[in-house]
Amino acid sequence: MTSEEIYIKIEPIIKNYLPEDVSKMEISRESDLTKELNINSAHLIDIVLDVEDVFDIEIKNEDLEKLRNLNDVINLIKQKTD
Amino acid sequence: MKNRVVITGLGVCSPIGVGLSDFTKALKNGNSGIRYYSELEDLKFSCHLGAIPEVSEEKKREYFTELQLRNFKSSSILYGVIAGMDALKDAKISTSKIDDDPLWDLGIIFGTGVSSVEKFRESIHKVDDRKARRLSSNTVQQIMTSGISAYLGGLIGAGNIVTTNSSACSTGTEALLLGYERIKTGKAKQMLCGSTSDHGPYIWAGFDALRITNYRYNDAPEEVPGPLNETAKGFIPGSGAGAYLLESLESAQERGANIYAEVLGGAINNGGQRGKGTMTAPNNKAIVRCIEAALIDSKVNGRDIEYINGHLTATSKDPDEIESWCKALNRNGNNFPFINSLKGAIGHCIGASASIEIVSALVQMKEGFIFQNNNCEPIHPEILKNISIEKIPTQTLYKTFNIMAKASFGFGDVNACVIFKKNK
Repeated sequence: MTSEEIYIKIEPIIKNYLPEDVSKMEISRESDLTKELNINSAHLIDIVLDVEDVFDIEIKNEDLEKLRNLNDVINLIKQKTD
Repeated sequence: MKNRVVITGLGVCSPIGVGLSDFTKALKNGNSGIRYYSELEDLKFSCHLGAIPEVSEEKKREYFTELQLRNFKSSSILYGVIAGMDALKDAKISTSKIDDDPLWDLGIIFGTGVSSVEKFRESIHKVDDRKARRLSSNTVQQIMTSGISAYLGGLIGAGNIVTTNSSACSTGTEALLLGYERIKTGKAKQMLCGSTSDHGPYIWAGFDALRITNYRYNDAPEEVPGPLNETAKGFIPGSGAGAYLLESLESAQERGANIYAEVLGGAINNGGQRGKGTMTAPNNKAIVRCIEAALIDSKVNGRDIEYINGHLTATSKDPDEIESWCKALNRNGNNFPFINSLKGAIGHCIGASASIEIVSALVQMKEGFIFQNNNCEPIHPEILKNISIEKIPTQTLYKTFNIMAKASFGFGDVNACVIFKKNK
């Protein structure tokens, strides 16, 4: 899967967890999930669960700590699906 | 100095109506919310009847965001949030803005028996499948007993005490009295109190197993004998939530708030599971003492009570309850106050029973009527030995009254009684 193909699949997942005061337009590959998109840390767990379901992978606790922005998520998915 | 405490807002999510206006109409009409549920029959319950509020997906979205509804599986929090937010709105109190300070003088005591059994069930299945790590992030907040108060606290921005009480079927009356004490002693100005209960087989099963639900009318829900009926052999399990906004008289007057009634006082005690009292049955001596103590606390004489909103569950304990009221008020026969029980219309809503019933009592006081006791005839002869039949309305009675008593009892031999006075 290319980065672009992965991005298209994870963008709708992220949208579900955006707080009401953050616009969907603000989602980019570089935006920091907690600091810029203001997604609370509990919802990061839900995002990980949804990503696991969509890509049929398992994300380990250690992997979780490295996820800052969508690029990190995309790279992790690439590793796991290769 | 002791503050006087009044009720300035009500909210309800009940099997006969969601929202105060539909609920009031249903009370006057004597509607029943008791229905047949095939799920209960499929699961081989003895009783296939229940009572559940009707809440559409659209209605849910008036109170919750899409994000809040993701992985949300809690009928008790749903019902409690609807009732609680409606009570706040009815009292014309605004929630604090997201960037503002919390409302330091507004607290919440919102009770429940258990929280979110469906979410708990989902979690148990995942854990047993060795998928503990796959529980959704909002699992704890739904399962924790104080979940309902935590949800309401965040929606409102409450900055005073935010907690949950639990005392079986007296939870709603206890919540009201705990909130009343807090305002009386000056620790809060406004208290949102109430109680809520989940619906469904996983919360109702234990009662079904105890054979204290009525399993003889599975094909005739409209005919189930109600409270006070000689043939009543058990209740129908219900669900929902009721809520009331308590406020110091001073604060209510400053705001020019609409006042439903004044809380004159009340009492909470326990039968100690001694004498006739057990884990599941009341010590009548304790009930009498509780009502007497509520009268003393309220500085009201037994002869001043014009209407009683009974606990009356449609079990063999109803005659005992009537006898206890007679003793505590020192009244009987034709001198007894009017009495009714909402359980004939909505079943026994367990943790939510007391709060929905208190809302019904305050609506009746405000609008001047006493709703009918559904399917109460033939009245139990032991009851008629103590009080006159005309004190048990079988048709809704349009009548104003000024002072009323509400009592609730529950497992663990808990008792609570509160006295209200109409605001003139």
